[in-house]
Order: sequence, then C-alpha cells, then structure tokens
Amino acid sequence: MKYVLMFATDPGAQSDVDPQVAQAVYGRIYEWFGTNAASITDNGAELLGAETATTIRSGGVVVDGPFAEAKEVIGGFTVIDVPDLDAALALAKSWPALELPGVCVEVRPMVVDYSQFE
Amino acid sequence: MTTPSSSDDALAGVLREQSGRLVMRLSRVFGDFALAEDAVQSAVVEALVAWRRDGVPPNPAGWLSLAARRNALDAVRRSNRSTSLPEDWSPTTEASEPTLGSTTDDRLGLLFACCHPALAIEVRIALTLRAVTGLTTAQVARAFLVNEATLAQRIVRAKRKIATVGIALDVPERDALPARLADVRTVIYACYNEAFVSTTGTQDRSLGADAVWLADLVAHAFPTDSESWGLAALLATQHARAAARFSHSGDLVQLRDQDRSRWDSELLQRGRDHLDRAAALRRPGPLQLQAAIAAVHGEAATWDDTDWLQIVGLYEALLRLDPSPVVRLNRAVALAEYLPARPALALAELDRIAEPLANYHPYHAARAELLRRLNRADEAEASDLVALRLTANDAERRLLRSRLRRHTLDE
Repeated sequence: MKYVLMFATDPGAQSDVDPQVAQAVYGRIYEWFGTNAASITDNGAELLGAETATTIRSGGVVVDGPFAEAKEVIGGFTVIDVPDLDAALALAKSWPALELPGVCVEVRPMVVDYSQFE
Repeated sequence: MTTPSSSDDALAGVLREQSGRLVMRLSRVFGDFALAEDAVQSAVVEALVAWRRDGVPPNPAGWLSLAARRNALDAVRRSNRSTSLPEDWSPTTEASEPTLGSTTDDRLGLLFACCHPALAIEVRIALTLRAVTGLTTAQVARAFLVNEATLAQRIVRAKRKIATVGIALDVPERDALPARLADVRTVIYACYNEAFVSTTGTQDRSLGADAVWLADLVAHAFPTDSESWGLAALLATQHARAAARFSHSGDLVQLRDQDRSRWDSELLQRGRDHLDRAAALRRPGPLQLQAAIAAVHGEAATWDDTDWLQIVGLYEALLRLDPSPVVRLNRAVALAEYLPARPALALAELDRIAEPLANYHPYHAARAELLRRLNRADEAEASDLVALRLTANDAERRLLRSRLRRHTLDE
C-alpha cells in the first residue's frame, strides 16, 4: 500500500536546538533515505519555510501564509510503498528528526482505487 | 441489579466462541472486513431474539454462521456491487476449528486489529467487544453509558479506518509484537475496569466474564509472555469477587465488608494457576505484581487475616516498576492497614502526592478514612465531599453518601 509521510515541525520548539545536533540529524536523514530506498518511491519533496507560502482560498482570494495557522508547519513529504499500516508506522517512527523537539510525522494512505469516484 | 440468567450465560458463551471466527471467515470469503463484521453483528442480534424465544438451537454455531452468511449476501446484493458472490462457502467446519488460543486461531489477528493504536482508545474497547466477543452495540453502549447511535457511528468510522488505512487482520511481526501485545492487554484491562465499577452496565451479559475470557485467549496464545499470564491472573482473581462486590440492593460493598463465602473459589484457583505460570517465566511485571496483590487478598479468610506486610512489599516492588502516584496511594493505604496504630504515617505520604491526584476520587476517599482514624472528623467529611463531587459512578456515589450519613449520625 502507498502512504504519504508528512513531516512537520514546530519552529518555535526548535530554536534551542544546538546547530551541531541539528546538523547530525540532517546527516542521518540523508542515510535514512538510503537505508529505506526499497520502500520509498520517487515522489516527495522538501519544502522551503512556511514564511514562503502563499495560499489561494475559495473564490480565488490570494493570501500570504500557509493554509492552517498551526504551531506545526509541513516541511516536506515522501511517498512510501509498504505492505500495511504497521510497516508504514515503523518506518515513520524511525524518522531521525523525531529526536528533536516539536517534530511530528503524519501517516496517510494514498487513494489508489479511483472507482469510488466514478 | 439483575444478574445475567443462566440461559443468557450459555448464549454469551456461544457468541464468544463463534463471533470472532465468523467475522474472520466472512472477511476472507467476501474480502470486506466491515461488511463481514456487520453481517455477524446482525446475526448476533437475531440470535439473541430467536434463542431467548425458542431456546438455543442444537447447532448454535451453524445457526449463527448461516444467519451471518445470509446477511452478508443480502448486503452485497443491496450494495449492487460487481463482486462475484462466493460459491464454495460451507456454513461450518467445526472439526477444523482451532482450539482456544492456539497460534492458528485467527481471532487473534482480529483482536490485534481492533486494539490497534491507530484507533481511538474508546472505540478500540467497543470494537473488540463487538467484533471479537460478540456483544451487540446496544450492550456495549449500556455498559459504558454512552449513546448507542453515537457509538454505532464511531464503530463505523473505526472499521472504515481498519479497511482503508491498511491495518492488517493479523498477529504483528516479531519486532512489533511486544508493543502491540501491550496495547491489546491495555484494552482488555480497560474493558474489565469499566465493567468493574458499573452496576448500571449491561444486564444480559457479564462484561467482566468477557474480559476474563479475552485475557485467557491472549495468555494461551502467547504462553511465554509473563505479563499476559499476569493479566489473566489479575482479571480471574478480581472477577472471582464480582458477586460479593454488590449487595442485593445493588450497593457497592468494599473489600473489607464483603461476604467472602460468595467469592468464586474456582476462579481464584485459576488466578493462582495463571500466576504460577507467569512466575515460572521469571520476568516480573506490573500486571503480575497487581495479580499477586489481588491473590493475597483472595487468600485471606477475613479482612483481619490479610497479610498486609506481604501486600506492602508487593506494592514496593510495583513502585519500582511503575513509580506512579496511584501506586504510592495504594501502598500508603496498605501501610495504614499494616500499622493500624500509626495512620499519620500514611497520611503524610498522601500529602506528598496531593497535587497529581487532586482529581482522583479514591485519593480523597482514602484520605477521609485516615483522617477519621485520627479523629479529625471535619476534615474527613470535607475529603469525602470532594470524593463525592469527583465521582460519576452511581454505585460509588451511594457508597460515599452512606459513609457520610453514617458518620454524621455517629457524632
């Protein structure tokens, strides 16, 4: 089954993190993609900060900022292909940035059966 | 309180044995868990009506199986899907059915799915009771004092999540097993605790017995897991006292005042046997220690015969594994029983854990008891009133009220 892992952070909670620690975690994130290459599809992206976001609301109104005023902002996502939710959760739990404060990973299955929309 | 009649008990036994198996079999045949679970649930509701009216049929498993299959087929026809209807479906294959708790017992996979941490905790309990042990939504709703329509909605959502997000109807892989097994134990324990305090609970089925049965199923399936035996021991021992926990008028009777001749000696023995199996594995854990504490109570012929020193020691050991304020409270209460002349000692410990337990009514009830022993009646009454304010359960409220009345009259 295909799942999207959405990586989010609370920038406020990360201001105290030692830059060296952050750098080390970043290195492990790189390794993580290598180690789990078999489960990771080519789809995914790392995003620039929420301050760069522009949102279009219903009716075509253009506004500055991300769609939700939440503490956490989405920093990127990746699409994985694994047998079941347990495998997806195990992979998400191993996301190296979870060692840092204010980090979370949301796991959601992707729609693959479009017959329900017919 | 109405206790379940013996015919209802027999009926519950059949439903317990068959429901989970049928859900799994129909899920495989129709490739649709939600549909299968609904079909079995409707069959259970039909069985409750028909079997009470006409008596339990000679082959109850076959009866239930046919009814569930018919419901599943009707649902497929109604939904007008292009699914080809299964032809090779035989109603029962009793001979090949695995025995309780064997690793080939596919009900375990169902249990793990229903207790999955991706589902909300309240719905895990409800879904487990419905899908695995064959309770009706109405029975679950009555037992937990929740609105039936709301509960039904939540069950629908949870089942949809199981099907769509890829929660496997399977025993987890070796790496994930210990954590998931702990999740399953938590759900079963929570089932029992809900049943334990409830008098207003379901009147045609003993939820406590269902939880005991589930704990047995898990312990037998994972015989090298000491905490699963610990849970089975704990629930058997606590459930052995179930009949004595309520007076004939439905009032809660504290352990101290229970008629111990009404304790179920067979269940107490089963609890001891389970505890022996756990102990042989030499991996102590919080559930085993709680079971051991319950067993010490179970062995005392009277309240005064209770081996309080051993209980205090067991709480000490539990505290090392689980240093929570609730365990400290229980240890303090046991200490007060062991050293009846020195209630101030226990009260001092209670003062140290006042903050985290501010909203925990047993804390205030225990505090009232100690204050009374120190002849501080006004403070005792104030503590009992706080406990009363914090208790939602009717039986517990009646107990606290009667204590308040008794002491007011004494003065």
